[in-house]
Amino acid sequence: MTVMEQRGAYRPSPPPAWQPRTDPAPLLPDAEPHRVLGTEAAAKADPDLLRRLYAQLVRGRRYNTQATALTKQGRLAVYPSSTGQEACQVAAALALEERDWLFPSYRDTLAVVARGVDPVEALTLLRGDWHSGYDPHTHRVAPLSTPLATQLPHAVGLAHAARLKGDDVVALALVGDGGTSEGDFHEALNFAAVWQAPVVFLVQNNGFAISVPLAKQTAAPSLAHKAVGYGMPGRLVDGNDAAAVHEVLSDAVRHARAGGGPTLVEAVTYRIDAHTNADDATRYRGDDEIEAWRTHDPIELLEAELTTRGLIDAAALEAARQDAEEMAASLREHMNRDPEPDPMALFDHVYAETTAQLREQRALLQAELDAEQEHHGEQEGGAR
Amino acid sequence: MTTVAVKPATMAQALTRALRDAMAADPTVHVMGEDVGTLGGVFRVTDGLAKEFGEDRCTDTPLAEAGILGTAVGMAMYGLRPVVEMQFDAFAYPAFEQLISHVSRMRNRTRGRMPLPITVRVPYGGGIGGVEHHSDSSEAYYMATPGLHVLTPATVADAYGLLRRAIASDDPVVFLEPKRLYWSKDSWNPEQPTDVEPIGRAVVRRPGRSATLITYGPSVPVCLEAAEAAQSEGWDLEVVDLRSLVPFDDETVCASVRRTGRAVVVHESTGFGGPGGEIAARITERCFHHLEAPVLRVAGFDIPYPPPMLERHHLPGVDRILDAVARLQWEAEG
Ligand SMILES: Cc1ncc(C[n+]2csc(CCOP(=O)(O)OP(=O)(O)O)c2C)c(N)n1
Repeated sequence: MTVMEQRGAYRPSPPPAWQPRTDPAPLLPDAEPHRVLGTEAAAKADPDLLRRLYAQLVRGRRYNTQATALTKQGRLAVYPSSTGQEACQVAAALALEERDWLFPSYRDTLAVVARGVDPVEALTLLRGDWHSGYDPHTHRVAPLSTPLATQLPHAVGLAHAARLKGDDVVALALVGDGGTSEGDFHEALNFAAVWQAPVVFLVQNNGFAISVPLAKQTAAPSLAHKAVGYGMPGRLVDGNDAAAVHEVLSDAVRHARAGGGPTLVEAVTYRIDAHTNADDATRYRGDDEIEAWRTHDPIELLEAELTTRGLIDAAALEAARQDAEEMAASLREHMNRDPEPDPMALFDHVYAETTAQLREQRALLQAELDAEQEHHGEQEGGAR
Repeated sequence: MTTVAVKPATMAQALTRALRDAMAADPTVHVMGEDVGTLGGVFRVTDGLAKEFGEDRCTDTPLAEAGILGTAVGMAMYGLRPVVEMQFDAFAYPAFEQLISHVSRMRNRTRGRMPLPITVRVPYGGGIGGVEHHSDSSEAYYMATPGLHVLTPATVADAYGLLRRAIASDDPVVFLEPKRLYWSKDSWNPEQPTDVEPIGRAVVRRPGRSATLITYGPSVPVCLEAAEAAQSEGWDLEVVDLRSLVPFDDETVCASVRRTGRAVVVHESTGFGGPGGEIAARITERCFHHLEAPVLRVAGFDIPYPPPMLERHHLPGVDRILDAVARLQWEAEG
């Protein structure tokens, strides 16, 4: 008897029943971005919150114009403006509790400042005197990340660690539309979903990654749709509607805190300014598009809501403007001082304990600086 | 015969011209990367290529370096010659997996049956006041990976010639573009761009008798300046521009060191574990009896690349090179 005969004829049978692990339907984002301002839902919004959002939006806009002006004066090496995107950034900070963590990308200075980081310290990286001007632990804000999407797995890890420790801490990680194409984005979302980590991903879809429009970045119906494949809910929100972004993010944060796992939020917004002050946006987009988005300005949307419903008076509007002016003046003043980073600091913090090699190199630089000093002294002496 | 005016051109323009000529000469050459199409690259090196050759030949990819290089591998497997652009040195790191695990060793893995003619262009190095992750000198990582050629031009003419050679090579080439030389100008005839020697040849940029400065890429102009400055102190320095880190031109380097008897290796990359260690070892192995002093290195400090306001203290400058040269003398007397 052959082996085949021993085993008998192979009778095909249907495969064992297949069950999707998760019902994708509740994970799918709505067809339209969620809106609150100008709709009936706005009546339910907390007026106090709206006023706080408003004040922060006005401050944020002023911060953007001031920082951009500082690049023109050579006080800042580079500034990626977030004008038009203030609602996303402000809502991101305000949706968190004090014990939560924020993982910003390089464009997210406003979120960092709204979280309490000193406005000057938030610009240290962009000014060029050190890579991170603030202590991440003070306000629970990770350093601004320049390589795209690399901060996302960090957020997942921190959230996971907090949960392992029994702390109800949530991590909110920010990324741009372009950043969602990176492998790190995929890996972070997958880990987060598998671990059910208390983390919220906020994609600020501002239409472009430098010159590349969203259509060349993804073929997905929306970036929020990407969530479904990982097994987490995707939410789509109007990124210029501060109340809506705050609501959706707060829901996601609550959900994560309660043990519900991660959420991916896509905020649809627009980058009004060029990629940075060094970029020439006329090479890849026309004015019409920009003008269309200007009529959907986050500050004006909220201001209209507040004034038509009588939630804010002229004096309060003026006060918000005044506060922003003061912040800008102080920023200007601090940035107009010449920072003098100490060259010897180059050798600090490379290791917990410095190495023999670094001590040698430190001595070399010290000798060079001493010689420079002496040279200057001689020159001055000669002039007298 | 009419003589063509030799106009000053920038290194960036020469690179653009090289890409254009390579694409025109060979329909299998494809350029791809972030912002290389409509924008023409953040340094404008790919300017005009999408317009001239279409978006299938000069493609704005999604923002994903591993994806860019990984798909280039597949394209090369199917007979194309991809030239990929990594936007900045430190943003090439996501593509390391592809580079190290596949690009560098596909020829070897397949016993020669599947070579990968891919050129990876990487703007690298400091000195332009970039914020962090925009100034790394990553050449040592590439040099440590067998199977890759590693080239870096220092002149406008070399930028053109070497890039043409890189694209024509049947092996993968990491083409390191010193970004602070992008706007440096040379008299160069863009109408009749010239070829360079085959990959792997160093060149003596300045002849001299008393010591050799061995350098490449962004440090070449600094060494030439140092050599001029050293003249008043009685040093006649020879400057060797390596151009190709892999393969390494032992012949040119050793011939020079044997003539001068003294050598200093100069580069921006960190000294410890950096290219200079390898170069010094090779010289010592081959020229020991000709050396009047130990081979010295002038390199960047062994620290993460510093912020712009401090980078001048980190980068090897003329004074630091001259100090090393002075130590050669002392070593000789001692
Ligand atoms: C890994 C990596 N690759 C490339 C870059 C260069 N780069 C900086 S910003 C940018 C575009 C980012 O677009 P997006 O993620 O949409 O964010 P946005 O600038 O619109 O806020 C690119 C390509 C980078 N910083 N990191």
